[in-house]
Amino acid sequence: MLSVNHLSKTYAAGDKALDDVTFTIPSGQVVGLIGPSGAGKSTLIRCINRLVEPTSGSIQLGDTTITGLSTSELRAVRRRIGMIFQEYALVERLTVMENVLSGRLGYVSFWRSFFRKFPAEDVQKAFALLARVGLTDHANKRADALSGGQRQRVGIARALEQDPQLLLIDEPTASLDPKTSRQVMRLLLEMCNERGLPAIINIHDVVLARQFTERIIGLQAGKIVFDGPPSELDESVLTRIYGEEDWKTLEHDSEAA
Amino acid sequence: MMTTPVWQHRTSRANIVLWVGWLFLVALFVFCWQVMTKDTIWAFVADAPEQAADLGSRMFPPRWSYLDKLWVPLWDTMNIATLGTLLGVIIAVPIAFLAASNTTPSTLFVRPVALFIIVASRSINSLIWALLLVSIIGPGLLAGIVAIGLRSIGFVAKLLYEAIEETEKIQIEAVTATGASGAQILNYGIVPQILPAFYGISVFRWDINIRESTILGLVGAGGIGVQLQASLNTLAWPQVTMIFVVILGTVVISEWVSAKVRHAII
Repeated sequence: MLSVNHLSKTYAAGDKALDDVTFTIPSGQVVGLIGPSGAGKSTLIRCINRLVEPTSGSIQLGDTTITGLSTSELRAVRRRIGMIFQEYALVERLTVMENVLSGRLGYVSFWRSFFRKFPAEDVQKAFALLARVGLTDHANKRADALSGGQRQRVGIARALEQDPQLLLIDEPTASLDPKTSRQVMRLLLEMCNERGLPAIINIHDVVLARQFTERIIGLQAGKIVFDGPPSELDESVLTRIYGEEDWKTLEHDSEAA
Repeated sequence: MMTTPVWQHRTSRANIVLWVGWLFLVALFVFCWQVMTKDTIWAFVADAPEQAADLGSRMFPPRWSYLDKLWVPLWDTMNIATLGTLLGVIIAVPIAFLAASNTTPSTLFVRPVALFIIVASRSINSLIWALLLVSIIGPGLLAGIVAIGLRSIGFVAKLLYEAIEETEKIQIEAVTATGASGAQILNYGIVPQILPAFYGISVFRWDINIRESTILGLVGAGGIGVQLQASLNTLAWPQVTMIFVVILGTVVISEWVSAKVRHAII
């Protein structure tokens, strides 16, 4: 379970990215985080694994208070949080297998990781995950040899190789075409459901968010302006999150999808 | 009635500034020309073609038999360049990581020190390093190797730290997010990104060092330059030509190798 309490982040330049954000995610729940560009979606999920240092407030994962951990404790808690990125963020010049195994870096010693001597069960798990995402044959290819959809599936395998208790997913489909986007979203959802894994998905695409998540949090200028099931996401709510626009076409899209 | 708006590439003010700028450049050129030619003895300049032809006739043909005596100094030269490059690269790598703004442990203290080492190494020519080192550790190959090494530190470290600063932040972020330690982030997130640059820079510097090490013998730091100086001192012009031919051949080969290697790793 993840709980975020009164979280605020003000950047050095004085921009207030997050303003008193509070919410709780029970285990197994997949939450879509929507909002206009610059609303603080990316900052919010980066605060949770402290890639971005929050200014105030607290974050708890299970019994661990993430805010205020020492460097080594922070590493230990990062192992429990998988992260998936918009531009895949694979290490381009490493092989697919090395990328997936890098999910175990928090668990193995430097020299083991340096000589790529990961424990046998880690390697087995990596093969199982690659099979699960349909990339068994690509294990020894370099990451930059894959297509966008394939790369994102390697990203998913890397995150799950960590055996995480929470997934943070930053715009997983923003670089993908509509069909691949749906395939990737479906895969993510299946993976989360199989493992009872809670997840926060930053997503631009309201239609996708509605289709694939059970709860939606709407962020506007760093504040939560909506928190509820996708069915309550009507025109007035969309206007509250994004501003005035003809939202009717979106309704049609959503029904058609 | 509406007037058609007039569009001009530059405002008239910008035009005047531009013309004054050109005028200043021309004036500067005339001034520099005068300074440059003040001490020129024109009789010598007029004589130049004849002098060149005279020297050319003395230098030609090269003394091919001298080649036998050049193999060992040539081998020394290559060793100076290669070992010097190796020395420089080994010292440059940690300095580059200390100098790159995204990997330095402290921007306030460590980074300026690393940058100073880079500038110091780069500001002194290898011939001058060799001059200093010959008087410190005596004449010979070692002085040459260390001179090449010291000069290479700045070059390699500067290009490498720029490559480190240009690494994609998100790849490093992704490795960090797995709970990796600092050393693991370096090994998995940064090193794969800079490896091609690293090989390219090292081979490029080796190629430059082959050329630089050919003249280190002029100040007693070993290599083919020792023969060059001896031949120049005894006015043995055919031998000088022979040395030039050998240096040219070596440089062509080293450039070819360097181009091949750099092409292979991109």
